[in-house]
Amino acid sequence: MREKVKPEEKTEELTKACPTCFEVPIGPIHPALKEGIRFTFWIEGERIRKVDIRPGFMHRGIEFMGTKRNLIQVLYLAERICGICSISHPLAIVQAVEQAAGIEVPPRAQYIRVIIGELERIHSHLLWAGVAAHELGFDTLLHYVWKVREPVLDILEDLTGNRIDYAIPIYGGVRRDVPPEKYPKLKDALRYYRSLVDDFVNFFLRDPSIEARTRGVGVLTSEEADSLCAVGPTARASGLRKDVRQDWPYFAYPDLEVKALTPEDMGLEVRGDVYDRIVVRLLEVVQSIELIEQCLEEMPEGEITAFPKVAALLAHLKKAEGEGVGRHEAPRGEVIHYIRLEAGEEAPAVWKVKAPTYSNLMPWYPMFRDQEIADIPIVAASIDPCICCMERVQIVCDGKAETLLKDELLRLSWAKTERVASRVTRQVSPGRGG
Amino acid sequence: MSGLNALWQAILVLVGGGVVGFLYKGLDRKLAARLQGRIGPPLRQPVLDVIKLLLKENIVPRTAIPWLFQAAPFLAFITAVTALLYLPIGSLAPVLHGYGDLVLLLYLLAIPALAMAMGGFASGSPYAVVGAQREIVMMMSYEFPLAIAAVGIAWRLATLGIGPSFSLATIAANPLWGLVGPLGWIGLLFLFVALLAVTPAELSKIPFDIPEAETEIAGGLFVEYSGVNLALFYLADVIKTLVIAGLVVALFIPYGLAVPLGITGVGGQVLDILFFLVKLFGVVFFAVTVVRVAFARLKVDQVVRLYLLPTTLLALAGLLLLVLDKVVMGG
Repeated sequence: MREKVKPEEKTEELTKACPTCFEVPIGPIHPALKEGIRFTFWIEGERIRKVDIRPGFMHRGIEFMGTKRNLIQVLYLAERICGICSISHPLAIVQAVEQAAGIEVPPRAQYIRVIIGELERIHSHLLWAGVAAHELGFDTLLHYVWKVREPVLDILEDLTGNRIDYAIPIYGGVRRDVPPEKYPKLKDALRYYRSLVDDFVNFFLRDPSIEARTRGVGVLTSEEADSLCAVGPTARASGLRKDVRQDWPYFAYPDLEVKALTPEDMGLEVRGDVYDRIVVRLLEVVQSIELIEQCLEEMPEGEITAFPKVAALLAHLKKAEGEGVGRHEAPRGEVIHYIRLEAGEEAPAVWKVKAPTYSNLMPWYPMFRDQEIADIPIVAASIDPCICCMERVQIVCDGKAETLLKDELLRLSWAKTERVASRVTRQVSPGRGG
Repeated sequence: MSGLNALWQAILVLVGGGVVGFLYKGLDRKLAARLQGRIGPPLRQPVLDVIKLLLKENIVPRTAIPWLFQAAPFLAFITAVTALLYLPIGSLAPVLHGYGDLVLLLYLLAIPALAMAMGGFASGSPYAVVGAQREIVMMMSYEFPLAIAAVGIAWRLATLGIGPSFSLATIAANPLWGLVGPLGWIGLLFLFVALLAVTPAELSKIPFDIPEAETEIAGGLFVEYSGVNLALFYLADVIKTLVIAGLVVALFIPYGLAVPLGITGVGGQVLDILFFLVKLFGVVFFAVTVVRVAFARLKVDQVVRLYLLPTTLLALAGLLLLVLDKVVMGG
């Protein structure tokens, strides 16, 4: 017996809780949202009393598509999970597959992966800053920030051939070298961004109208961030020193100095509001510049891939058996890819993606608590949501979408565990223990 | 005969006002774009926008109150246009001179905003309702400093024995700056700043565009409007921009070029009108274009606090200084 919660019942229940409230739906199509997600706010005057968040409009079935393709095709599919984190998903999946297939990656490739990843962080944070300014009605800043974002895209194009979707990582290394003759141009761009940092601080952190709109707005305390498993800048702005690059270093990060940054690193008290999220992203742009500079200095010579020939790589992957988990600190937070390979199969048996926005959905609830309608766009934007990347499940039954609540999900997972357990006892487990 | 004359004048002012209004709207958009580092639309873009809107379907939502929903844009447009006829242009007296004064003009300026709020409440969308509430709250906060500025000037003129002091023609013909002492001069400056601060809110422009607030409430008041109705609101906004700027000019910078340069007759009047248009443009550029480029949108409580405290206090201080000035100067 599956209990269905009808939306009407829920509305009635909430109306009873707040009789003077009126319901304001935001989304799935609304100018404040760049992607489809539905917020239902119960508003009293201008204050938000309750919020219900319903994702599920953007599901594309990418994981399913992945299990119908060979692993190299899956890599390019992973790149297209997100247009902004277009290096983060490939970086996570290559780690997962390399772990599963036992591939060693040459050190130079590790450094190149870091360089491209950090360049992406710069462009992603600048893009976010522009969007945030637009949500505040400050279009001048939007146009300014997006203009100064162009050079980093030009550099990415120079290094990889593409502004977005770089197609650089491959299992076992990278597809293109960063030759020394490209260093000067890259260093010029880094110098350019260094020179802009003061401007950013002035425009974003010292502007009275931005401060008025972001200070004390959308507060997420560090306890809430911790218990709701916030990731990325959202968690760090609440004072949690949590960063995959620091906690579980991968690629070249163990050799580099990476530290999770919180507003304290700028000498500010941590308040966990939208302003702090701007501070953290600004600090991370500076950190990324430093990391790339360090990479350019320390990058060793040598091979860039363990498998120069794609056919050999495919053959190796086809033989591989096992599972792997890849984690990468994307600009928005931790992205996790899980993959399971079976010998003789070109396609992965299982491919599971967890985008950072998924972890940052729940923190929205405390952030929206008792805020005003005017704060909705900036609070929603403050976690840098990427809905498309996050959507994993959509259940549609007889043309009607339905919501599964915690109890139902628990019941389903118990049932699945039982099913798997009975299968395991019948035959010898093919997995590697645990 | 004079009735016919007034009709011709009215038609001339309305057509001229429309042309200048569209031109300034285009300039506003172009200059704002240049200030933001964009290329911006061509100058004729506002005209094209209105033509497009006039060709579009006029949709009345099922949840709306149809007659109120349809009446609001007409009311806004008609009052804005009427207000234009009460405006002294250069050295010319207003077309409807003698049929209403500054107080009437202030009311005419309030009606388009009220009409927008009514339309918003009548359109049956939660976004529009929120927008309408915000419009009303904002009006309540900025009307007080606006009224103080207008009344302060008229009162000081009356104490100087110049009348009828509430007539805009009188105010425009007798610039106060030269008639008051130093205290009054500072007082006038305060009132001028207060009036300039009110201007972007009157026109619902950033940072005071909260009734529309595209990213928050998707256009707010206008969210359900389309076609001819939306075009009328757009036109009302175009004309209202001129009226507000014209009011600022008439109250505080009514100087002409013809008298100091010694040009008389038609040539002098034309020169004054051109100079008036330049002054209008100055007010629109500095009080609307630059401000909307330089700030983020405020929240409704911040707007109210801004107008009820600093702006009202500034205007009251200006009025007080004018009173003191009268005491010192002995009227």
